[in-house]
Amino acid sequence: MTIARVDRRSRRSPARSGATGTGQRTDASALRRRQHRGSRLTALAFIAPLVVYLAAFYLYPLYRNLDLSLRDYTVRSFVAGDAPFSGLDNFRTVLDDPTFGPAMRHTVIFTFGSIVFQYAAGLALAVFFNRHFRLAPTLRALFLIPWLLPLIVSASTWSWMFNSESGVINYALHFVGVSPVDWLNSPDWALTSVVIANIWIGIPFNLVILYSGLQNIPGELYEAASLDGAGAWQQFRRITFPLLRPVSAITLLLGLVYTLKVFDLIWIMTKGGPGDASSTLATWSYQLGFGTLLPKFGPGAAVGNILILIALVFGLLYIRVQRRQEA
Amino acid sequence: MKSRTGKRRYTVIGLLLTALMLFPVYWMLNVSLTPQQDMRKSPPDLLPLHPTFEGYRAVLNDQMPYLGTSLLIGLGTVALTLLLAAPAGFALAKLRPFGGGALGLVLLIAQMIPGIVMAMGFYGIFLDLGLLNSWWGLIIADSTIAVPFGVMIFTAFMSGIPGELIAAARIDGAGTFRTFWSIVLPVSRNALVTVSLFSFLWAWSDFVFANTLDGGGDLRPITLGIYKYIGNNNQEWNSIMATAVVASIPAAVLLVLAQRYVAAGVTAGAVKD
Repeated sequence: MTIARVDRRSRRSPARSGATGTGQRTDASALRRRQHRGSRLTALAFIAPLVVYLAAFYLYPLYRNLDLSLRDYTVRSFVAGDAPFSGLDNFRTVLDDPTFGPAMRHTVIFTFGSIVFQYAAGLALAVFFNRHFRLAPTLRALFLIPWLLPLIVSASTWSWMFNSESGVINYALHFVGVSPVDWLNSPDWALTSVVIANIWIGIPFNLVILYSGLQNIPGELYEAASLDGAGAWQQFRRITFPLLRPVSAITLLLGLVYTLKVFDLIWIMTKGGPGDASSTLATWSYQLGFGTLLPKFGPGAAVGNILILIALVFGLLYIRVQRRQEA
Repeated sequence: MKSRTGKRRYTVIGLLLTALMLFPVYWMLNVSLTPQQDMRKSPPDLLPLHPTFEGYRAVLNDQMPYLGTSLLIGLGTVALTLLLAAPAGFALAKLRPFGGGALGLVLLIAQMIPGIVMAMGFYGIFLDLGLLNSWWGLIIADSTIAVPFGVMIFTAFMSGIPGELIAAARIDGAGTFRTFWSIVLPVSRNALVTVSLFSFLWAWSDFVFANTLDGGGDLRPITLGIYKYIGNNNQEWNSIMATAVVASIPAAVLLVLAQRYVAAGVTAGAVKD
C-alpha cells in the first residue's frame, strides 16, 4: 500500500511543476482534462467486468439470503418462489430456539479458544524461527502444510486420530495414565476436539504473519539490550512483544473473522453433535437449511445473517486498525 | 564455538517441533498403508511394517472421476479469476477509476462473508436458473473465494510497476489495452503465479459450495468423494486416508514449487510494510 501512495505522489509532481508557467496553464489543464476523461472511460472498461461480477455473484446471493430470512419458506414455496413476507418472524424463531444459546456460546468458545492458542503457538514459533539456525527456512516452510491441506483431509485425519477405540491420541494418552476419552462422541469433549484440530490448522497463518512482523524489528535493538544485560525473556517482554503489537492486533482480528466462519471442519468431524454439543452459528445455520429432510431455509438464512453481522463488526474493526496503522 | 553448538541445539529442537506439527500428516500416510485387519489393532502400528496398497487401489477404482472433476473445476476457477482480477487490479493500481477506494473496501469486506451464507444464497439462485449440480455453476461459486483476494494481489503488485514504463509504452503509441497486455501482464508474472496457485488450491479444497450446490451432480469434486467415503459409514480407513493423501498432492506441489509465493499470499492483505 505504501508503494501505491509513493507512486501517486510522484505522478502528481509533474503536473505541479507544469503549473508554474501561467500562460500555458489553461491549455495544459484543458488537454489534461480531456485525456483524463478518456482514461476514466478506459478505466471503467477494465473494472466493469469485476463490478458486474460482484453485483451478480456477491450482492445478489446476499440479497437472496436476506430475502430468505424475511419470508416464510416451505420446500414448495422455495421452488415456486411465492413465499409470504413474514418480517422478522424467522429471527424471532431463531432467537427463541433452545439451540440459540448453546450455538452462540460454542461459537465464542470455538473462536476465542482457537485464536488464543493459535496466536500463542504462532508467536512462540515465530520468535524461535527468528534465531536463524541451520534448516530454519526449510522447517518454517514445512510448518505451512496444515494450512495448505484441503480441510476435508485435515478433518478426516483428525477424526480418525480422535477415534475412541483405535485412535492414536488415546493410545498416546494411555502412556501418561489417562483412560480412553470418547472425543468426538461425548458431549463434554466434542467441542474441545474440533478446537484442537482448528488450532493445528491455524498455527501456520499466525506463524507466517508474526514472523514477517519480526523481520521489521531492527536487530540493533536486541544488540543494545544484550549489552545492557537483558536476557532472552527480558528482550521478548521489552522489545519483541511491544513492537509487534500492531502486527499482533491485525493477526488476532483477521484470525477472529476467519474463525467465526469455520464450517467445514466442524461439519465433517462432528456435524455439530452429539446433539448440539459442538454446533456453532455456522453449522447450525447449515443444519437448518440443508442438514435435514425438512429444510428450514428461513431460519437457516436468519442465523446466517446474524453471523454476517457479527463478522462485520470485527471486520470493520480490523479495517479501522489497519487504516490507522497505515496512516 | 559455544554459539555453534547453541545453533545446533536450535536445529534439533526445530526438527522435533516440525515432527510434532506434521505428525497428523505422517499418520494419514501411515493409515493409508495399513492393512484393513490391522486397522483396529491395539496398540496401533506406528510404522507401516506391512504396507498394503489396497487403499490406493480403491482410489484408482473409485476416485478417478472425482479427481478429474476437481482438476477441471480448479483450472476453470483459475481462468475465471485471472480474467476478472488482472484487468481490475491494473485499473485500480494505475488508472485511478471513479470509486476505486470504495471498491477496495468492498473487496476487503467481501472476503469476510461466511461461505455458508454465500452457499445458501447461491442455492436459491442456482435453483431458479437450473444450475444446481452443474460443474460450471460450481466454478462460478468457487471463484467468489478467490476473486477479491486476486484483485488485491494484482493491485498491490501493479502499483509497484514504475509509471515510466507505462508512460514509455504510451509514447510509443500503445493504447491502454495494449499496454496492459504486452507490458503490464508480462512483468506481473509473480502476481499471476500467486493468484493462480491460490485460486486453484481453494477451488480444489472447497467443500461448502460443492456439498451445497453439486451434491447430486454427475461430475462431483474430490472433496465430495472423500465425504461420501466417510458418510457411507465406511470402515475402510486405509481407502479414506489414501484418497486424502492423493487429494493433498496439489498442496504439496504448491509448497515445493512455489514456497515463496505461498508466504507472500498468506501475508498479503494482512501486513503492509
